[in-house]
Amino acid sequence: MIVAQRKSVPELTDILGKDKKVLVLGCGTCVTVCLAGGEREVSIISSALRIASHVHGLGLQVEELTIERQCDNIFIEKAAEAISRNDIVLSLGCGAGVQAIAERYEKPVYAGLDTEFIGILEERATWTEKCSSCGKCVLHNYGGICPVTRCAKHMLNGPCSGSREDRCEVRPDRPCAWQLIYQRLKLIGELDRLKNIKAPKDWSYSLHGGSRIIIREDHRL
Amino acid sequence: MTHESFEPLIIAFCCKYCSYSAADLAGSMRLQYPANVRIMRTPCTGRLEVEFFMKAFEKGADGILVAGCLEGGCHFSEGNLLAKRRVGYTQSFLAEAGIEKERIKMVNVSAAGARPFVDHVNDLIDTVKKLGPSPLRPESANIKEEILT
Repeated sequence: MIVAQRKSVPELTDILGKDKKVLVLGCGTCVTVCLAGGEREVSIISSALRIASHVHGLGLQVEELTIERQCDNIFIEKAAEAISRNDIVLSLGCGAGVQAIAERYEKPVYAGLDTEFIGILEERATWTEKCSSCGKCVLHNYGGICPVTRCAKHMLNGPCSGSREDRCEVRPDRPCAWQLIYQRLKLIGELDRLKNIKAPKDWSYSLHGGSRIIIREDHRL
Repeated sequence: MTHESFEPLIIAFCCKYCSYSAADLAGSMRLQYPANVRIMRTPCTGRLEVEFFMKAFEKGADGILVAGCLEGGCHFSEGNLLAKRRVGYTQSFLAEAGIEKERIKMVNVSAAGARPFVDHVNDLIDTVKKLGPSPLRPESANIKEEILT
């Protein structure tokens, strides 16, 4: 899922300016699960904005709404009325959600969250990055552990020999990805894969060619 | 309104397994504490969400007391520990929004702790009186009059 974090209240009030009607728009999918932009967070951030507006005399009028998904037209339509009666939309969706709303309405749409990464819930209230969406997946070579994302040096032919006690030398609070790759390949009997030196990755599938688009002709009308 | 003359409105969220009984016991024991407190009974402080606290401040509360069981003594194992973290999170939000974080406080009281409960209430009222009225307090709010009638 997409993992995001909230912006601070002073950041938000800076973005919003003064004397505006603001719709704080939550998203019921990824950002709800990572406790950043669901119904509950919409309520908390809206309260914080009303308090800040009162304390600092900003004149903000804040309305709250959460839709099922901000990146889907069917659900975005449900926000149409609320968007039309406000001056600004403060989206608590991911970056895709913000842009999906902005493309459909002639109103300023601002990001209320910082979209961080694609990751998983590792333990209660802890999310870790697992995928860089680099466009040409190599996970099969590494026992399902991504060196592009989880190795601090993005090494396709590791390890770098800098790890200490299974910890990454760049991020000592995180495990060495190559230690995990070795252990995993050993467990599933595929250590031979490490004997093949991997060619440099083709990054043309990643962001280097501009924003990406996928078209499935078999599903088009 | 001077800081000394104003009567703060304090919302006390009390767990029914401990501090709510302690507040009740304080009454039975004839222990005096200011009438500024509005007690809200909760099945466990773990039921309390950050938005409850934010909404209370938004509506004009001057202070919030969250009173849960002693650590290790929660009827639901760890509800009071969750509440402690949520109070901490609320404090960071309040500070960002421009309100003193000392206006909300988490305390742990046993069902027999009538005296500690009264002391915590008095402490918070003292703190809030020093801070002055909440900037969100409605102009029409006259807690003093309400208390006297």
